[in-house]
Amino acid sequence: MSDELFKQMAQSIIDGDSDLSTELAQKSIEMNIPPLDAITKGFVIGVNYIGDQFGAGEAFLPELVMAGEAMKAAVATLEPELLKLGEARETMGRVVLATVEGDIHEIGKTLVGTMLSASGFEVTDLGVDQPADKIIGKALEINASIIGMSALLTTTMVRQREVIEEMDKEGLRPKIKVMVGGAPITREWATKIKADGYSEDAVGAVKLAKELVGKADV
Amino acid sequence: MSHKTIKTISDPKLKLEVLTKEEVQKIHEATLHIIENVGVRFPSKRALEVWQANGAQVDFEKKIVRAKPQLIEDALKKCPPKYDLGARDPQQNLPLDGNHVCLGTDGCGVEIIDIDTRKKRTSVLQDVRDIARVADATPEVAFHWVPLSAQDTPVEARGLHELQAVWENSTKHVQTESIYNVHEAKAAVEMAGILAGGKEELRKRPVLSLMQCTAPPLGHDGGSLDAALIAAEAGIPTGFMTMSACLTTGPATMAGTLAVGNAEVIAATALLQLAYPGAPVFYAAAQTASDPRLGVYTGGGPEDFLFGAATNVLADFYNIPLSMGSFATGAKEPNWQAGLEGSLSTFMASVVMSDMLLGVGFLHGSRIWSYAEMMMDCEIFSIIHKMMQGIVVNEETLALDAIAAVGPGGHYLAQKHSRNHMREIFLPKFLDRRPYTQWEEKGDDARDWALEKARKILKEHQPDPLDEKIGSEFERIIKSVEKQ
Repeated sequence: MSDELFKQMAQSIIDGDSDLSTELAQKSIEMNIPPLDAITKGFVIGVNYIGDQFGAGEAFLPELVMAGEAMKAAVATLEPELLKLGEARETMGRVVLATVEGDIHEIGKTLVGTMLSASGFEVTDLGVDQPADKIIGKALEINASIIGMSALLTTTMVRQREVIEEMDKEGLRPKIKVMVGGAPITREWATKIKADGYSEDAVGAVKLAKELVGKADV
Repeated sequence: MSHKTIKTISDPKLKLEVLTKEEVQKIHEATLHIIENVGVRFPSKRALEVWQANGAQVDFEKKIVRAKPQLIEDALKKCPPKYDLGARDPQQNLPLDGNHVCLGTDGCGVEIIDIDTRKKRTSVLQDVRDIARVADATPEVAFHWVPLSAQDTPVEARGLHELQAVWENSTKHVQTESIYNVHEAKAAVEMAGILAGGKEELRKRPVLSLMQCTAPPLGHDGGSLDAALIAAEAGIPTGFMTMSACLTTGPATMAGTLAVGNAEVIAATALLQLAYPGAPVFYAAAQTASDPRLGVYTGGGPEDFLFGAATNVLADFYNIPLSMGSFATGAKEPNWQAGLEGSLSTFMASVVMSDMLLGVGFLHGSRIWSYAEMMMDCEIFSIIHKMMQGIVVNEETLALDAIAAVGPGGHYLAQKHSRNHMREIFLPKFLDRRPYTQWEEKGDDARDWALEKARKILKEHQPDPLDEKIGSEFERIIKSVEKQ
C-alpha cells in the first residue's frame, strides 16, 4: 500500500504537481506513514530522477523548477509532523541568498535558490537590495553554512566585497562560506574579493555549494 | 574617404514581412491588456505621482501602475516620430527618420581582450578612451554606446568618467546605459549642455542619449526612471530597453515575450510623454530566448534574429525610432558562432530599418570586448549595407552594349563598362580569398588582420581634440558628484 503511495509521491514531483504532492503528503500523515519515509522513499526519489534527467540534458529548467516547487510544498506539509516527532530532515546545509544593496536584479539568484532547494539545501532567499548586516544577520540566525550573493551592476558588485570584509572582521569565516555570482562577476573578481567560490550559472552553483559543504560526491 | 564619414544604411531595396498588420494589432492589444490588468511596477515616487496625476490607477505600496488603453495611446501620440541625434561635430549628426540604420558600439561589458597581450582582463577607463578613439576612425560606427565599465573609477561618478572619456576621444554621438541615478543624470545633462553650447542648443543637438534597462518582467528600476525623467526634461533622447527572455523573464512563446517586453517599454515611454509631452524618445530592445537547459543569457540564436526584425515593426507602429540589439553572441572568441549570430541578427534588424543597432565588439553575451571582433562586426555591417542596396536594374546595369561587344566566349575584363562599375563590387577586408598554399604558409586569418587594423588606428588616429575649457568643466562637474 505505502509502496504504491511512494511511487505516486515520486511521480507528483516528476510532474511538478504541487497540489498533488501536498495531497499525497497529507494522505501519508493520515495513513501514519513516518514523515521521513514519505520524504526519503517517496518525494526525494522524484527529485533525484528529475535531477538526473536534467544532468543528462533530457529535462529542461521549467521541469526542474516545478519539481522543486512540488517538493517544497510536500515538505511544508510534512514539517509539522517532523517537529512533533522531534525529527529533522537531513539537508545538504543551509544557504542564505541575496542580491546586494542597491541592486534589484534577481532572476539568476532566484534560479540558483530553486536549484539548491531541489538539490537538498535549505535555502533562505532574502530577495533584492540587501545590506551587509541583513545578510550576515540572517546567516547567523539560521546557522547557515553558505552565503550566496548576486550583483548585476559593476557599481553594486563592490558590495560583495563589503559583505566579505565585514564577515572577516567578525571572524565568521571559514565557518560560513561565501559564493558570488551575477553577470559582471568573473573568476578574477571572486578571487580578488576572497570569495570561497563563484559560478556563472545555476547548475554550476549547485556543484560549488556541494563542494563548499564538503559533499561534492553527493 | 575622410575619417568623418559615417556609413549608414538608407533607401533599402530589400523587404521582409515578419508580422502582418493584424498580428501587430494583436500584440498591441495584448500589451494594453497587460498594462491595464496586470500592471507595471514603477518604483519611483516621482513616476508614480505623474501616473496618478494623469488618472492611472496607482498602488503606492506595491508601486504598481495600471493604466487604461486610452491614456497610454494618447500619451504615445505625443512622441516625436523623427529627430536627430547630435554629435560633438555637427556634420556627424544622425537622422533618426526611419530611413537610416546607424550602427553603434555595444555596451556595457566588464572585461576586454587586451590589444597587446591578447589576454582577457578587467576593463578600465583607458579602455573606454581607446575604444572611443578606434570607433571615431571607423566609418561603420555611427555612434558610441559606452562600451565598457571603467572599473578603476569611483562608483558614484563612474558613468560620468565614461562619458568624458568618449567625448574626449571622438566627435560622434554618445549613448549610455550607465547613468541610472539622479545625481549622475543631472551631471550628465550639465556636461552634455556644456558640450552642445547651452540648454537650448542641447535640445536642438542632443549630443547624448540615455538608455535605461527595464527590470523584467513588467518592472523598472527606480533610479533609471528618475534619471530618464531628468534626461527627458532636458530634451535628451531617452529609451527604455527590454531584454525580455523567453522562458525566464518572459513567457516561453515569442509572441508573449514580445507583448510583455512591449508593455515594459511603452508604459515607460508613455510616462515620459505624460511628464514632458513631445520629449524625444526611442524604443530599445534586445529580447532573446533563455537556454532551456542552462537558463543563461548570452544572446544569439533564431529567436533573437526574429525579435530583431519584429521589434522594429512594433516601434514603427508607435511611430518612434528603435535602438535594436544585434551582434549579440554567446561565442567566447571571434569564431563561427560569432560570425553566424552577428550576421543574422544584424541582417534581420537592418532589413526592417531599425534606426540604431547595438552593436559591435562583444563576445560572451556582451561581457568581453574584443577589438578583432569589433572590426569583423563592422565588416559584417558593410556586407549587409551592400546587400540592402539590392540589385539595380536599368539600361546601364543590364549592360547590353558590353554583352554585345564581348559576344559568346571571351571576357569582360577589358570593357569600359567593367571599369565604370567594378568599384561597386564589394571589397572585403577580412574575407580570406587567397590561394590555399598562401594560407598554409602564413597560417593567419581574419582575426589577425582585424586586430592589426585596430592596432594601426590606435597608433595613428588622432581625434579632434576637445576644447580644454570644456574638459576642465567636465572635471569640475565630476568632482562635485564624487564629493556628494
